[in-house]
Amino acid sequence: MRVPMTEYLVIDLDTERWVCRVCAHDMGSAHGNYKPGTLVYDRDPREIHQPIIDPERYEYTFSPDPSFCRILEYYCPGCATQIEVEYLPPGHPPTEDIVVDVAALRAQWQARGLDAEEVFNYGPGEDAQKHTAALKALGHVR
Amino acid sequence: MTTIDEHPTLTAQEQEWVDEFMDETTLFLGPDPEIMRSHSIAERTEHEEEVIAAGVDRIQVERIRKRIAGALDEGYEMCEAQGAAPGAKWGDLTTAIYTAAGDVSYLSCHGVIAFSAILHHPIRYIMKYWKDEPTVGVHEGDGFIHNDARYGNVHNTDQSMIMPIIRDGKIIAWVAATIHEGENGACEPGGMPSGSETPFDDGLRMSPFKIVERGELRRDLLTFLQHSVRDPKLQLADLKVKITAVRKIMERVDALIDEVGVDTFVGALRVTVEDVDAEVRRRISELPDGTYRFDQFMDSTLKENILIKIACKITVKGDHMTVDLRGTGPEILNRAINAPLCSVKSMMMQAILAFWWPDLPRCTSAMSCIEIISDEGTWADASYDAPMGQSLQASFRGFSMMQALYSRMSFSTPHKYSNVVANWFNQINTFLWGGVTQHGDMVGNLCADLNGMPGGAKPFRDGEDAVSPLFCAMADTAEQEVMEEEVPFMQLVAKRLVKDNMGFGKFTGGMGYEMIVAAEGTPHWGFMTVTSGAKFSSIYGMYGGYGCGTYPLSMVKGTNVYDHFRNDPGSFDLSIEKIMNERPFPEGTYMTSHMGLQYDLARDGELYMISQGAGGGYGDPLERLPESVVKDAELGRISQKVAFDLFGVVYDPETFRLDAKATDAARAAARAARLERGKPFAEFCEEFVTPEPPKDLPYYGAWGDTDQITATVHTTDGPERVTAPLDELPIVMIPDRREVKIAALEERVRELEIKHGEQVNRLA
Repeated sequence: MRVPMTEYLVIDLDTERWVCRVCAHDMGSAHGNYKPGTLVYDRDPREIHQPIIDPERYEYTFSPDPSFCRILEYYCPGCATQIEVEYLPPGHPPTEDIVVDVAALRAQWQARGLDAEEVFNYGPGEDAQKHTAALKALGHVR
Repeated sequence: MTTIDEHPTLTAQEQEWVDEFMDETTLFLGPDPEIMRSHSIAERTEHEEEVIAAGVDRIQVERIRKRIAGALDEGYEMCEAQGAAPGAKWGDLTTAIYTAAGDVSYLSCHGVIAFSAILHHPIRYIMKYWKDEPTVGVHEGDGFIHNDARYGNVHNTDQSMIMPIIRDGKIIAWVAATIHEGENGACEPGGMPSGSETPFDDGLRMSPFKIVERGELRRDLLTFLQHSVRDPKLQLADLKVKITAVRKIMERVDALIDEVGVDTFVGALRVTVEDVDAEVRRRISELPDGTYRFDQFMDSTLKENILIKIACKITVKGDHMTVDLRGTGPEILNRAINAPLCSVKSMMMQAILAFWWPDLPRCTSAMSCIEIISDEGTWADASYDAPMGQSLQASFRGFSMMQALYSRMSFSTPHKYSNVVANWFNQINTFLWGGVTQHGDMVGNLCADLNGMPGGAKPFRDGEDAVSPLFCAMADTAEQEVMEEEVPFMQLVAKRLVKDNMGFGKFTGGMGYEMIVAAEGTPHWGFMTVTSGAKFSSIYGMYGGYGCGTYPLSMVKGTNVYDHFRNDPGSFDLSIEKIMNERPFPEGTYMTSHMGLQYDLARDGELYMISQGAGGGYGDPLERLPESVVKDAELGRISQKVAFDLFGVVYDPETFRLDAKATDAARAAARAARLERGKPFAEFCEEFVTPEPPKDLPYYGAWGDTDQITATVHTTDGPERVTAPLDELPIVMIPDRREVKIAALEERVRELEIKHGEQVNRLA
């Protein structure tokens, strides 16, 4: 069984691997963090949050200062989907943001007796159901 | 050599003597760590044990809850309708009912949920120290006032009125109303001073004390409070409003008690608390076991730019959850950003009850079973001696950590109690103000624009623009025009969205608007801003979406724009971008700064300009529907450059017609470029990760996942970086920035004198 853990990652309980939800690329052992299975790029934050006032004349411009802030972009090596983004000081070690107890996850789903992908949803509310159904019909959400 | 037994065993009699001695010689009753470190519900009282053992009728409990909710909402509406504080008018307040021990059993449906994690502290204090104190006591008709966060509060600008419900001489419950009052006599007007450098700069320091005695408001104490703040009318008016609202709630509750009896009422309050506790444990057990981590970095002391970390690691195992804040940067003993742990916890509760489990009754027990590990002495768990004027800097990040991590923890669960959502904006980007009004009154408070925080994106729709503050879903951004009748400044630009200011993603975070103000017709007026995030984004995106940008304070000094408008009404066409880039007022001095502006004297017509932030984006921006991108461009929400650079969308800028083929090609190229430039993680870390922060970056906190804390301390030889466990760090203080600037300028003068051979004889 595959359990959706983030928008772009599932844990395959049979193989105990992280897997890309978009292209099924293998992203490494589910016993650790998924980041070792990604491609990473150190982005100058000014390219994303572009200056609104003139950087030639002002110190503060609506753009983060690259000597304070870097944006790490994590890509799936299979389909190049940007699966995560992390704002860090330059040189700071990336954060291990999720480490799941795989045995406990398996036991949890066995006890539920449900298929994790089949019952997956984004939460309550008429708007959530309506928008999600419309976007699924478009093939825009999984 | 004499051996000293450091832990001598005392007999019971000796211990009693020691306790008696300590009681008699206590200098004063400061915050009690036993009370202040605990956010858990109290044990059942004997009375509660008895009434629960006798059996509780669940339908009756539900009926009582509904009646209480009605009473609390009525009290809330009274405060909102009658309150003098701007905060009250916008709904920044709460009313609540508490068990005898002080646990919140029910909070008003509107208002600030965070208070359900905080007001048990002052009630526990009253019960422990004042109830049996002969000079104080707790009697029918008494009311206690309190504001100091060191005794349990979100921050010192909130003032509470706490009154006991007494039956047969016994306290059976408490009712309280709390309002964000604003002005509190701090070193700057408005009650949230970014400039405080000692705890004594933070304004009123009210430990819980009795100001209403058997129904009478004590004039002597009221006078003392009015004398201690800039706005004595506000202090009086809102005290009366809170007293009236609490009495109205008590009237309703008294009628309810008469109807159902004391035992049933007490049982209902306690059962509500216990039910929520049990339900929270059950909901935790639905989450996947594991560890989840979210680090945040703040870029400012509100006087200078630094980078300070707030760390959070949540561990879930079965029905147990632990939140570990170790690794967070140290407190800075002469800056206003520090928060007491209770304040940070209150905002964690805000996330839990507003964004995790909004269907639960708002009880102290919603967080009671969650273990929180924190070392005192960090900026998110500050000690008694730390200034806390802008404690929201740490506590709002307590909210963000819980909001971000819940989306990770709950993503797989088949039954969700709320939607997956990216981070809400978490800064109060607004103007605080103070001075003498056009009516001659001395005032100090703030604009409601802090309530225009944009929401985070959801996995199925964009975040809402400028929708509500993270701490109060129902708060209003108010009518600025109404306020202009009371204060001597105008918002020349209000509620205009700033182009490209959004968290980019498959679904975009909500956008924020800009605010441009200028004073006129006042003998004395000033503005302040109190937030961070001008160099390092203050919120981050989710699952491939980006966070918000950064937000400067822009000013044009040395001009009177009103004169320009009077001479040439056509010149009234303003935006931050236009003013700062085109500089339409030739005599003005144009400048930018971080968003920590201490009280700055505003001459007539000088411009102060800021922008609200943006909510976090969700998902890969290259997955956004191209039609949505073009629509954003057509509405002027994004520029053509951003449409292409971030979203890979091509359209005709004249007709806003999507070029589907070129968009497909641009997106394919963007994906190929990612594979080209992205490096395998291990190789990337090899190049990117450094053993310590960059040399010139004043960094505070753990560098990675370690128990060693890095800090820059200032010695007689200048700044020095140290790395040590928190309890071994020297006191961290930052030198006066004006002295630092003067020293740099003097050095430059010396250089120039040497360069030009000028001999100057300076007397020491």
